[in-house]
Amino acid sequence: MNYEELGNVAVKAREVEGKYEHTIKVCIAAGCLSSHADEVRVGIEKEVKNRGLEQSCKVKGVGCMGLCAAGPLVADKNNEKMFQGVTAADAAAIVDAVVDSKPAPEAIKLDSNLDFFKGQQKIVLENCGEIDPEKIEDYIAHSGYEALFKCLTEMKPAQVIEQVTKSGIRGRGGAGFPTGLKWTAVSKATGAHKYVICNADEGDPGAFMDRSVLESDPHRVLEGMAIAAYAVGADRGFIYCRAEYPLAVKRLRIAIKQAEQHGLLGQNIGDTKFDFKVEVRLGAGAFVCGEETALIASVEGGRGTPRPRPPFPANSGLWGEPTLINNVETLANIAPIVLKGGDWYASFGTEKSKGTKVFALAGRVKNTGLIEVPMGISLRDIVYKLGGGIPEGRQFKAVQTGGPSGGCVPAQFLDISVDYDSLASVGAIIGSGGMIVMDETSCMVDVAQFFMDFCMSESCGKCVPCRVGTKQMLGILRRIVNGEGTEEELNKLTELAQMVKTTSLCGLGQTTPNPILTTLRYFMDEYKAHIDKKECPAGVCMKKLETAEVGA
Amino acid sequence: MQLFPNKPAPPSDDKRWKIVDGTMNRHGREQYALIEILHTVQETFGFLTDEALRYVAVSLRVPFSKVYGVATFYHFFTMKPPGEHTCVVCTGTACYVKGAAKLIDAVKEEVGIAPSETTKDGKVSLLTARCIGACGLAPAAVFDGDVAGKQTGEKVKGRLREYSQPIAVAAGVGA
Repeated sequence: MNYEELGNVAVKAREVEGKYEHTIKVCIAAGCLSSHADEVRVGIEKEVKNRGLEQSCKVKGVGCMGLCAAGPLVADKNNEKMFQGVTAADAAAIVDAVVDSKPAPEAIKLDSNLDFFKGQQKIVLENCGEIDPEKIEDYIAHSGYEALFKCLTEMKPAQVIEQVTKSGIRGRGGAGFPTGLKWTAVSKATGAHKYVICNADEGDPGAFMDRSVLESDPHRVLEGMAIAAYAVGADRGFIYCRAEYPLAVKRLRIAIKQAEQHGLLGQNIGDTKFDFKVEVRLGAGAFVCGEETALIASVEGGRGTPRPRPPFPANSGLWGEPTLINNVETLANIAPIVLKGGDWYASFGTEKSKGTKVFALAGRVKNTGLIEVPMGISLRDIVYKLGGGIPEGRQFKAVQTGGPSGGCVPAQFLDISVDYDSLASVGAIIGSGGMIVMDETSCMVDVAQFFMDFCMSESCGKCVPCRVGTKQMLGILRRIVNGEGTEEELNKLTELAQMVKTTSLCGLGQTTPNPILTTLRYFMDEYKAHIDKKECPAGVCMKKLETAEVGA
Repeated sequence: MQLFPNKPAPPSDDKRWKIVDGTMNRHGREQYALIEILHTVQETFGFLTDEALRYVAVSLRVPFSKVYGVATFYHFFTMKPPGEHTCVVCTGTACYVKGAAKLIDAVKEEVGIAPSETTKDGKVSLLTARCIGACGLAPAAVFDGDVAGKQTGEKVKGRLREYSQPIAVAAGVGA
């Protein structure tokens, strides 16, 4: 396929779409599907057919609309009318509302002017909830693969990297390394082959940004990978995706097949000399595989254990060749950066954290779901404006960001600017984008124990500080939670946390103590209450006494 | 006789080995495809048997120790036969904050098993998952592959009661 043919596909797809006066979009991402969105879709299709409206009203499955808690979600073409908690029985009412502009029943009406929707700035998610993730034509109709053609026909690899560098985008997987620098390093490295790996091993429990992007707009990620491959000189790519995300894997495989059929992946892409082949590799449930050297070991078919860096994967990665590893969200940002320019992207966000970030907002907050906001937004806006505040009139206690590697941001920092550096200054991180809101019913010592339990069982066991340190820290936390902790142990915990942080081999061990360190810093009174008064202020811990198990 | 034949014969004439062979052939019996192949074995047989691991090792010409090492490293792989029905409780952070522990307690109350155990009659297995990515619907559980959001102890018990009814079609598990 060449540029002209791509244009023809786009024109044709838009023509087909334009024939319909009305469109009813049904979310078919995993969240809504688990609330039986597929039945809703069939129900609405039947209703449209029964009324003989097939020629004027299109029923379309689309990706994630964001407000997962209110699913299944249905919307009209421009998201002016939205419906929540829909069942197949509501099909007639929805068709009435969309086609005949009748008022919808209150029970399923969703206000499309909610701050949750209006407060967002969508770049990565612009196609999510708009296009059918299983149809490449729909993606092409929304300027899909245009950026790739722009690179192949108008730009030299160095110019592509220049735009990415200019955009100021930093890795969205958690570490926040400048993407432009990474690309430059791989492009300068020499090797018989170069590889591009998309890190879709979203291991942070409580985060689902990457899953939603892969399920809702898989071609965007493929296009980003192809552009990256062109820029750094790679000819083969892998997407390392969690096996726990079967729908994402399925849609990725469909997307790869379609792209190959259209000559957008494979050999001589766009009738140029550029070849790029992409394969999906399944993870198998190991958190440490999000670390890049462990991920490489896993793609090679082995145990996912990290190795010391340097050499960095940019010089010696997959099978010892230069390898570019980027996160799903980073790659999903590439196409718009190329199309609209690095300067445009850099106009969003703060001085040192450019662009937007997708967050998975969950926990004790009214509107749980997926949001994309400009960097630098205040935490208060995220929790109270977009999130709609804490339900049942409870008190906000903290936001946990960055999962097991991150920290808790307490109430006194609610007005903090959400960007890489500000969050780091209070001991937390942006991480991959998980944001768990906690209220007074969460005990912070118990939360620290939860994460330590996670890290202990996810530690690969290669280096001693992480393997042994996590086990010892968990032991102390368990004693504190059970009301058996002592003042002395608290000091030991602090000491151990610092030691594991500074001496572990990879990012997992180095960040494992963060939940402990931040809770010790901001919620010392809760630790003290467990130790001195043998009570849990949130009323969580002591009840667990009978069921607590010290295992593994 | 070759010590490492190019295509060793499957351990038995069970037709399901053909599916495993298919995956191995698709990857050209390359060693790097080990994890992919183990996924196929688990999907096909329900769990990883010693026999299967040995067959994969010989087919890919890798030491059995490596195959065993990989199979035991990753949480997704199991070497225990699952029950007829599986209940996976998500223990990701969002589910944890919203009471995943109560769901696990409910399973224990109803059928008396703890995580990674199977009931004596082989009807139900309880597993936990690190995060299934349904955080917007926390707390979530997966019943026989079907994700169910916003669960309560009572809802979980209800599903388990359905499982204890005699069922016409039983999911086959290879021995």
